[in-house]
Amino acid sequence: MKTTHLVADVLIIGAGGAGMYAALEAARSGAERVLLLDRSLIGRGGATVMAQMTVAAAVGAGDHWEHHLADTLAAGRGLCDAGLSALLCEVGAECILEMDQWRVGWARSGEGFAAVQAPGHDRARCVYVDFLNTGPAVSRTLRAQVQRAGPAIRRIGEVAVTDLIVQGGAVTGAAGLHVASGEAISIAAPATIIATGGLTRLYARSSASANMSGDGYALALRAGATLIDMEFVQFFPIGHLAPRLIGMDPIMWDPFRYKLGGRLLNGAMEEFLPRWGGDAEAGRYSTTRDLATYAITKENEAGRGSPSGGAWLSFAHVPEGELRAAFGPVIDRLATNGIDLTRDAIEVSPIAHYHMGGVRVDQVMRTDMPGLLAAGEAVGGANGANRLSGNAITEALAFGRIAGREAARIAAAAPLRGFAAGAALDLLRACGPAANTAALVARLQRLMAEDVGPFRTGAGLRRALAGIAALDAELGTAPPGPPGQAHDLARLDWLDLRQMLLVARAVVLAALAREESRGAHQREDFPEMREDWRVNQLIRGEALELSHQAVPA
Amino acid sequence: MMRATLLIQRGVPGEAPREDRFTLEFEPGESVLDGLRRLRVNEDPTLAFRYACLNANACKECIILLDGLVIYACTARLEPREMRLAPLPNKPLLRDLATLLAPPDERL
Repeated sequence: MKTTHLVADVLIIGAGGAGMYAALEAARSGAERVLLLDRSLIGRGGATVMAQMTVAAAVGAGDHWEHHLADTLAAGRGLCDAGLSALLCEVGAECILEMDQWRVGWARSGEGFAAVQAPGHDRARCVYVDFLNTGPAVSRTLRAQVQRAGPAIRRIGEVAVTDLIVQGGAVTGAAGLHVASGEAISIAAPATIIATGGLTRLYARSSASANMSGDGYALALRAGATLIDMEFVQFFPIGHLAPRLIGMDPIMWDPFRYKLGGRLLNGAMEEFLPRWGGDAEAGRYSTTRDLATYAITKENEAGRGSPSGGAWLSFAHVPEGELRAAFGPVIDRLATNGIDLTRDAIEVSPIAHYHMGGVRVDQVMRTDMPGLLAAGEAVGGANGANRLSGNAITEALAFGRIAGREAARIAAAAPLRGFAAGAALDLLRACGPAANTAALVARLQRLMAEDVGPFRTGAGLRRALAGIAALDAELGTAPPGPPGQAHDLARLDWLDLRQMLLVARAVVLAALAREESRGAHQREDFPEMREDWRVNQLIRGEALELSHQAVPA
Repeated sequence: MMRATLLIQRGVPGEAPREDRFTLEFEPGESVLDGLRRLRVNEDPTLAFRYACLNANACKECIILLDGLVIYACTARLEPREMRLAPLPNKPLLRDLATLLAPPDERL
């Protein structure tokens, strides 16, 4: 089988917001050979392009990034790495302004940016691009800048990186599958940035792209780096549930709530948030994500859910003129889905959305493996136990920028080392028996949704561990062969499952160990938040060694 | 539940394309992409097509022919009839419904 070998100063795995910003910054910092890879097409996959909603940044008159930081830390329920949170808020605001110079098209209001107030923020701080176009606009703008950077940034789509290469205690590059051709590729680089996003594909219903398999976490673990806070998976409370809605992002109702309030109702069309500790919203969207998820789940357990097992969301009290002014063409797209908001409530329920946990990094995005950095959602720690609305894109841009600059510095200081991709390439050339890997992925997703959702018990988590072990055994040790076939999805699913099962096990082990309830991690058998659990959990290496650290000051 | 019959062009470059027939139950409102993904899980995991986002029409990768017309599989709906799916004719074929969509300067 043909193997292509590439060489780069800075290798970036993932071309969403974090990866593209990292590429731009690495090139601006002097790296001459930046290699930007993505599993999908450049700038079209990942979570960024799916983010139809808003971006939090202290760019309004009278606001300051320290106010944004205070809100971020409060939302994080005591677990944030405050240094990383501060970078998110401070550098994030700079990136939002730079994106404005690049004509991303932030909505305007008078002299400044239009902004909405999302739950958990002390003021209107969330900028956006109309209509429901924030993520696509951010992706398109960054992609245009990356193209403009010229030959310093080489872009290659459809590459699934399967392993990092470690030599002499440092990461010296990577190996992966070129999906379009089926070829193996290897890449030597003195600095590698993991910008692969989160792990939403582990769950049956998710708001992100199908390529968010948690592969960056698995790459980091296998290379010997450390993960932090893996138990904290954020569920977005009002993901679209019914009727079937296509051609739209399932979390599109959030911007509707920002602009128009809306009423969240149970199966009997009663308001229920106050019953579970929420505000009587009175037309204003003020309930944080963890509380709304809790309230909807509990209302269903009490037998008061909507017909499909969620809650009703109604805008029927909002005049049609207001609906059109706020969302213009989106109202027509809803009409083609048979939804008339002046008349119909829709059903919503919690959906896997974002991962607070991730790769542990320092203030310049270095992991504890020399030569390896991380950026964006792949990084853990900045958002603690619960992420504030609007922080994900900000984090992607800010951490991408910081990682890109540091990676260029590392590459300039350290020439390429020797490179041998041995075992990683052996796996890509192996030929295992035929297997229905798509069905195995679906089984993992159901198992995670059932027992490792926002509400967990020791018994459920142990059941999940057993299920993951069974899937591991069925997966075997080699991908279904033969190798070298173009766009071979059965083989790609096998390679993804190898990563997904490791990452799923990391999430479950951390969730099982944390015997308390905090933010996005709710243990029904340990319902209280406990001060002695105000610690971060670390997971190291492929053996998933679990330990604690005091929350960084 | 309704039932669709998908006639899907299969094969790789250099071999004569064949057409596989799948029947599929669906709920009204589901997309062609919903159907294709379910076929991979329940019938044939080797069935090849492209997508990255899930029915959001953001990645634009699921572009194929439905009854000879260019569509996105994520916004075309399943219908209770025979639906003929084929790869884009003006793009290099990779496998089955998957074609090479990356711009030339973003290929290996």
